[in-house]
Amino acid sequence: MKRRVVITGIGAVTPLGVGARTLHERWAAAEVGISDGAGRCEFFEPSEHLTVKEARRLDRFSQLALTAAAEALAQAGWDDGPPSAFDPLRVGCVVATGIGGQLTLESQLDVLRERGPKMVSPLGIPMYMPNAAVAAVSMKYHLQGQAYGVVSACAGGAHAVGSALRMIQYGDADAAVAGGSESTLTPFAFASFGAMQALSPTGISRPFDARRDGFVMGEGAGILVLEEAEAAKARGATILGEVAGYGSTADAHHLTAPEPSGRPAARAIELALEDAGLSPDEIDYVNAHGTSTPLNDAAETAALKRALGEEQAKRIPVSSTKSTIGHLLGAAGAVEAVATVETLRTRIIPPTLGYEVPDPELDLDYVPGEARPLILSNGHPPAAISNSFAFGGHNVTLVIRGADS
Amino acid sequence: MPTVTSQQVESRVVEALASFGPDADQIHRDSTFEELDIDSLDLVELAQIVEDEYGVVLKGDDMKELQSVGDAVDLIVSRADAEA
Repeated sequence: MKRRVVITGIGAVTPLGVGARTLHERWAAAEVGISDGAGRCEFFEPSEHLTVKEARRLDRFSQLALTAAAEALAQAGWDDGPPSAFDPLRVGCVVATGIGGQLTLESQLDVLRERGPKMVSPLGIPMYMPNAAVAAVSMKYHLQGQAYGVVSACAGGAHAVGSALRMIQYGDADAAVAGGSESTLTPFAFASFGAMQALSPTGISRPFDARRDGFVMGEGAGILVLEEAEAAKARGATILGEVAGYGSTADAHHLTAPEPSGRPAARAIELALEDAGLSPDEIDYVNAHGTSTPLNDAAETAALKRALGEEQAKRIPVSSTKSTIGHLLGAAGAVEAVATVETLRTRIIPPTLGYEVPDPELDLDYVPGEARPLILSNGHPPAAISNSFAFGGHNVTLVIRGADS
Repeated sequence: MPTVTSQQVESRVVEALASFGPDADQIHRDSTFEELDIDSLDLVELAQIVEDEYGVVLKGDDMKELQSVGDAVDLIVSRADAEA
């Protein structure tokens, strides 16, 4: 018997600012967090959010995660860790990253080369290991259930939320903190992605537009607090929404290019809908992976049509968070889940920014221009799907429902 | 190599510890690492600084016995004297 899982807290640090609400409000106002070809969290000052000890022991990706976690847990009423309704040993934590502590790894490599092996910091490994962020969140908030990182590149954040959902659905945990974090805006990372010709040479993120020419790399973190629905209600928690479904498949096709028919990605969407017990006509919004690369946006469009049916896919508004903040890699799926929760809560669908010139091959409703009200398909709480796809061929779809109102 | 004075070492140790988190004015000779929230990873970093500045090599076994700032200063000074 599967248990329902509700969302009681959300947090985000993105190129639009600190805060989940900030992300959605500024995106809906058509503001762009990208400048000079990158989505930087320029405003983020660790000392405003973390103690000296926390800041110096955490790579930036973990600093971002801990800051997003503080917001999400405060909203859930978990400022000092799980409330007494939960046994800390039954509260999980899953935080993804695409790469981990790249800034620390690079700086320690410099130390090795310039000053020798004896001067390499003992904090190097604990800062750059990809599970550093989840370890920091688990430790700070005393989450003693299963805690681990997830590694699936740009699908990681969504895999993390899906894994946390599963552990609560099937009784391995009663609550969990889940999300993703990334900070890799270094010359080395730009050169590496650039060598793949994955980055936009114009530095513009315009998903689904005919002129799209690659993704724009960004940094940030998104965190959600998930609770078993009955336990959340019993403790009187404010319920923001529900993680209703999760589906995941792999392309097994190419290291970096998506399977062009979209068949495996479509199957992830179908599995997530089945898990949620929803049919395509009950979906009111799609938060697309929408990277602004030629191949992704075409394959995702194909996958949506295949999974939802051509007519239904054309009816549902589709927008991409990456049009405002760029691609947050391992954080993207979690940040976009947060944005989706806010979209359903406020009933305001933010637009796909920069979408001006339609691609004749891509014929869905990509919400051009400006935000629009979310129209409910059937009077029930609204529901949305959030897609994440990744280098390596990983496909993840989350189904998120709004709270009963 | 001239031997270092206890004051010099203490002031360097306090500076290093302060960079790890606690306020410098909380750090005294009799402060314990426990009350300063200085853990084993901090002490490894401290050992690295000490080796770099004074050429004194402190191993894990040496550090294990240290309880207070004064313990660390005394150990460093005695080792520096022995090697001078």
